Amino acid sequence: MDIGLRRAAVAADRDRLYQADTQVRPAPFRQGGTTVSVDKLKQIITDVLKDVDVVIGYKQGFDPLHATPCFVTKPEQVDQIIWNPLCVQNLASFLPSLKKKVAVVVKGCDSRTIVQYMQEGLIDRSKVVVIGIPCTGVVSVKKILDKVKHESIEEVKFGEEGSITVKTPSGETKMALSEVAPDKCGTCLYPTPVVYDHLAGEPIVSTKDPQSVFKDVEEFDKKSLEEKKAYWEKEFDRCIRCYACRNACPMCVCQDSCIAESREPHWISQKSNLTEKTMFHMIHALHLAGRCVECGECERVCPMGIPVNKLKKKINSDMKALFGYEPGVKPEDKPPMFTFSVEEKNIEEHKL
Amino acid sequence: MADTGFIPKEKWGAFIEGLAAKAQVWVPCLDGDVVIFKPYSKDQTLCFERPANSPPKGVIFPQSDRLFSFTFNKDPENPQKVMVELDEKLDFPKTVVIGSRPCDAKGFLIYDRPYTETDTPDPYYKGRREQTTIVTMSCQSPSAGCFCTAVGGGPADREGSDVLVTELDSGYFIEAITEKGKEILQQSVAESGSSHEAEAQKKQDAVRSRVKDPIGANGKPEISPDLFESDEFWQEAVAKCVSCGACTYLCPTCYCFNITDEKTFDKGERIRSWDGCMYNHFTLETSGHNPRPTKYQRFKNRVGHKFVFYPEKYNGVIACCGCGRCIRYCPMSVDISEIVSNLQKQTGSASDGK
Repeated sequence: MDIGLRRAAVAADRDRLYQADTQVRPAPFRQGGTTVSVDKLKQIITDVLKDVDVVIGYKQGFDPLHATPCFVTKPEQVDQIIWNPLCVQNLASFLPSLKKKVAVVVKGCDSRTIVQYMQEGLIDRSKVVVIGIPCTGVVSVKKILDKVKHESIEEVKFGEEGSITVKTPSGETKMALSEVAPDKCGTCLYPTPVVYDHLAGEPIVSTKDPQSVFKDVEEFDKKSLEEKKAYWEKEFDRCIRCYACRNACPMCVCQDSCIAESREPHWISQKSNLTEKTMFHMIHALHLAGRCVECGECERVCPMGIPVNKLKKKINSDMKALFGYEPGVKPEDKPPMFTFSVEEKNIEEHKL
Repeated sequence: MADTGFIPKEKWGAFIEGLAAKAQVWVPCLDGDVVIFKPYSKDQTLCFERPANSPPKGVIFPQSDRLFSFTFNKDPENPQKVMVELDEKLDFPKTVVIGSRPCDAKGFLIYDRPYTETDTPDPYYKGRREQTTIVTMSCQSPSAGCFCTAVGGGPADREGSDVLVTELDSGYFIEAITEKGKEILQQSVAESGSSHEAEAQKKQDAVRSRVKDPIGANGKPEISPDLFESDEFWQEAVAKCVSCGACTYLCPTCYCFNITDEKTFDKGERIRSWDGCMYNHFTLETSGHNPRPTKYQRFKNRVGHKFVFYPEKYNGVIACCGCGRCIRYCPMSVDISEIVSNLQKQTGSASDGK
C-alpha cells in the first residue's frame, strides 16, 4: 500500500479507537482547581505507614522551586510531606527496586506506571499501597526558569486562580500554571489515577479532547524526512550520554545491563559522536514500544533539553493505531510486544 | 593590580573575534534552551548571562578522546607475522576558553594535581592544558543550587583563571592573573582599566554575599568519620537517587575515565572516555564481582572522593567547586550540599528525614 494511504488508514483507525474510548469514559467531571488537601494526604500517609515499611511522597527540595522525593519511614517525618504543582517526579519508578512493602503517592500520569508494572509482572500489587492524587497539572521547572532568566529563586507562591508567582532578586514574575505546564499536562486524559487504594481528594475527569493527544506527533510527521533528520541530528548532538533519561524512565528495566554500556557484546562504542548517541536514543525508544506510559520523565530530566519524549510518543501513536493499545491503562491488558497473534487486524501481511 | 584593562560593550564582540583569529576559542552558546561551550563562530548565539549547563571541562578533558589509532598489517610474505602500526597525535592547538565561571576554572586545578603534578604526567591532558588560556567571567548572580562560597570558592575567585572579566554597566573590566593572561591583555585590550577598578570590586563584593552557604563551615567542612562509614546514613540520604551519571558528567571536578579499544576487523582506535562512579559498571570486575554493587555505596564514593579522599591526598583541598550543577540538573533534586552538611554533624542521628 502506498505510504500516504497507509498513514491515512492508520489515522482513521486511531480516530475510531478514540471514539470508542470516549464512550466508555465516565461522564461526570469537575473543572477548576485541585481538590487535594495536604492535610488529608498526610492523614492517609500516617494511617498507611502502620502497614508498610516506607511511604514515598514529596517534600520541599533544595530551593523554593524544586520538590524532591521523600521516603517516610517514621510518623514524625510525615510533616515534611507537601503536595503542589512542583511535585513533578514519577515516584512509582522506585517500586520495582524496593523489595519491601511500599506505599507511593502518584498523580494520574504516574499511576499508569503501576498498571504497566502489573501488566508486565514487575511488581507484586499486594505489596504496594497506591495513594492517588487527582491532579490538575504540574509545572515544567525548565519553562519557569526560562521565564525568570535562570536567576536564583527566593520564593514561590500559588494563586487560587491557577497561577504561580516566582520571586527572584530582580522581582516577582506571575505566570498562569497552564503557560508553564509540561506538554503532557496539556493533553492529559487521566488526571485521576487509573489505579489507587486511597485518594487524597475528589476524582476529576479530563476535559481534554482525546483526539488531541497525538496532534503534536501528527504535526511533526508532516515534516519531510530530511527535515526530521536535521531536527534530530541537532538535538542528539547535545546528548552527553549521562543516561538520566534511561535511569529516570520507569519502564527501562534493563538498567545495569543496558546495551549502551555492555562490553560483551559491544553494541555501542564509547565514542561521543552523533551516530552512537542516535543509536542509543533509537534503541531506548524502540525498547519502549507499547510500554511507554508517557510520564515524560525522560524529557524532564535531560540536562541538555533534548525532547526525547517526542520519539516515544510517536511510537505510542503507532502502537495505538496498529494494536488499539494504550500502555498503563487497564491492568488486565497484555502489552502487544508481549504477545503474538497469527493475524493482526491492522497489519497487512507481506504478499508472497 | 596593575595588569588591568577595559573593553567597552560595543568592542566585546571584536575582542572575541580577535582572539578567535589567533587560537581556537570556546564560548558558551545558546543551543535550544540550553547553554553549552562550543567553538566560536559568527553564527552562534553567545550567552554569558548564566552559567552554561555543562562546564568547559571537555575542552581540556574531552568526553571521548582518541588516544591513538592502530592498524594490524599482515606481512604478505609470511601471513602469520602481524605488525601493529600506531598513529598518535600529540600536537594540540592554541585554545582560549571565554566565559567559564570561577567554579569551572577551579575544576581544572583539581585535575592538574592527578594529571600533571605527578611523576608520570598525562600527555593528553597536559598538552591541552598548556595550550589553553582560561578567560573567566565573574558571576553577576548566583543560580539555583550554587554554593561556591561553602567550599572555599567565590563568584569572583581568581584561582585557576588566567584572566578574570567583570561585566560593568558600560563594558568589561579585565584583570590578567597569570602570564598567559597578561599576553591576552597586551595583545587585545587597548584601554586602561584603572578607572573602573573600584566599580568592578563593588560588583564582585555584592554578588558574594548573595551566594548561599548551605554547609556553614566557612569553606572547610569536617566530615564525621562515623557518619561517613554508616551504611544507614547513605541508604537514607540517597534513597531517591536514580543512579544516572548526570551529576558526574556535568561536574567540573569529576575526572574519572574509562579506556576502550573501539575496533573493527583489522583497525581501530583506543578511546579514553568519561566514566562516572554512579554507574554500576564503574567498579565491575572481570570476574563479575562488584565491590560497589549498590547505589548508596557508589554515591558514598562520589561524596567521599570530593570531600574525604582528595583532601586527604592533596593537603585538604576539597574537590568540589560548588557550581551546583549536580543539584540543579539532578532528576530527583538530590542535594550534595545538604548531604555534606549532614555528614558534619558529630551528634544526632542520620535519620532525621533529610
